[in-house]
Amino acid sequence: MQRSNEYGHDEKVQGGCGLFGIINVKRKLVPGSVIIDAISVLHDRGNGLGGGFAAYGIYPEYKDYYAFHVMYENKEAIAPTEAYLAQFFNVTYHEQIPTRVTKAIQAHPLFYRYFVQPKEEAKALLPNKDENDFVVGKVMYINENITDAFVVSSGKNMGAFKGVGYPEEIAEFFKLEGYKACSWTAHNRFPTNTKGWWGGAHPFTLLDWAIVHNGEISSYGINKRFLEMYGYKLTMLTDTEVITYLFDLLVRRFGFDFRTAALVLASPFWKNIDAMPGEERKVLTALRMLYGSALLNGPFAVILSHNRGFVGLSDRIKLRPMVAAQVGDYYYLSSEESAIRKINPSLDRVWFPKAGEPVIIDFEQE
Amino acid sequence: MRIDAQKLYYRDLNRLIRQAVRHGAEEIVLDNVNGQRYIGDGLSAQTRVIINGVPGNDLAAFMNGLTIEVNANCQDATGNTMNSGKIVVRGNAGDVVAHSMRGGRIFIKGDAGYRVGIHMKEYMDQKPIIVIGGSVGDFFGEYMAGGILVLLGLNQSEDGLKYGDYLGTGMHGGRIYIRADKLDQRRLGAEVRIFETDESDRAFLDGVLKEFAADMALDFKSIMSRGFLKLLPVSKSPYGNLYTHSL
Repeated sequence: MQRSNEYGHDEKVQGGCGLFGIINVKRKLVPGSVIIDAISVLHDRGNGLGGGFAAYGIYPEYKDYYAFHVMYENKEAIAPTEAYLAQFFNVTYHEQIPTRVTKAIQAHPLFYRYFVQPKEEAKALLPNKDENDFVVGKVMYINENITDAFVVSSGKNMGAFKGVGYPEEIAEFFKLEGYKACSWTAHNRFPTNTKGWWGGAHPFTLLDWAIVHNGEISSYGINKRFLEMYGYKLTMLTDTEVITYLFDLLVRRFGFDFRTAALVLASPFWKNIDAMPGEERKVLTALRMLYGSALLNGPFAVILSHNRGFVGLSDRIKLRPMVAAQVGDYYYLSSEESAIRKINPSLDRVWFPKAGEPVIIDFEQE
Repeated sequence: MRIDAQKLYYRDLNRLIRQAVRHGAEEIVLDNVNGQRYIGDGLSAQTRVIINGVPGNDLAAFMNGLTIEVNANCQDATGNTMNSGKIVVRGNAGDVVAHSMRGGRIFIKGDAGYRVGIHMKEYMDQKPIIVIGGSVGDFFGEYMAGGILVLLGLNQSEDGLKYGDYLGTGMHGGRIYIRADKLDQRRLGAEVRIFETDESDRAFLDGVLKEFAADMALDFKSIMSRGFLKLLPVSKSPYGNLYTHSL
């Protein structure tokens, strides 16, 4: 196993990953400077080997197009990826994602974004003609088959920005101070099981799902095999990828609500299921019997963001921290209360979500 | 003396605190603290430290003698392996309060998170004491080997419970007092039993809770308006034969 301190440059490696999420349920826009300010309080939870952000509502002029953020580890990967995209999508606009050379980040991959709609004739070839499945298939193909090209995000009106560095450095590199979003998540990485690389930074995404994660998934192997049965390709060399795909499978494809999905991913213990009243016990027993392979074992706290809101969830014995807070229309999730206080010292409500109990925050209906 | 902690990195803040303690400061007030880790760690002195703002993780780790008062919430791992002194938290505390604590007192006015008092221990007259005014999460007193936990449940959590699951799991020393008439047997670890309190328990609770009430500006009489139950381990060394049979 590769250990983080082989890669780290601190004399002493300390901490664990840091998470932060902010959402305005009335879709009021929050400038990038706010999330940068918050995640920088959690600086010491990472070690400079991964930082990243997911932002929602940032492309209103292309809100009906899938926004593909694509990372190229070298120029040669661009042509085959663009040819592949042109084969299946109408690309209405594309550009290199603006970045700046910074002191901290000198060597980096290339980043492009493409605003695309699936071609009708291509989509028609898919048996169920489901547009999301179509897009997922193409993302999986690029990640698996086009050398040195990775889709960093692929949802509508959202985007992920991530790389190797502290999150403040990644934000500076991607000029995030210039973006405004109705929800943001941020991650400061402290890699423990896989090496730090640009694609391995968080968030992990698929369609409009984005996951930031603190912890490690010791059930990775069984989760991976379960997902592969449903056609997912796991290419990112990290346990966090499985969480993203499990949410996609349970919520988008199976149609579960987040509460039910949480009962699968961080299920109650058998001892507590056995003590439940009749109907509840039957449902919980069925969920565990059917989807036991989707249970996430090991310590974790995650924020799953999407176009309708975000969800916080920790493992069932609370081996990773998560604090929630609210001020008016703003909700916050964080690894530490201090990061929330940094951007809003007076909070209406602060609470510590219980193990395995999801915090579900949705945007209000427009 | 006062230190404005705004914009101070934890290393710089702690350097200033150590300096002040070394120069014999009786009282240090820290303003605008927000997330700085390791405050008061490893310090041996009688200084009183008042923290305005949310201190970072591992507050008072290995602390030996200081009195720290926090006028806000605390984050995780407060009082980690603390040896002596006192921490007064006038808000809530996060997870893993008093991991392996071996002496001194921690008073928390509000709630505390998961694993409070895990691996606490005592030796002769070195007895750590923790009082929690609100409720706690799962694994309260897990693997506890000594010391005393007191849970008041004055402000219950939203589901009406004062304590979580796996209460006293693996406990093999020390005592837990809970302000309640009965306890949910299903939430107790296999290693603990429930007992009525006796005269010496009540004398102890009287003394420590008078101090707690004074520190928190709470009414002592209303704290004592309900009875307490006591949890004790039923085995002194439940894992003694886990790896070796001949001990």
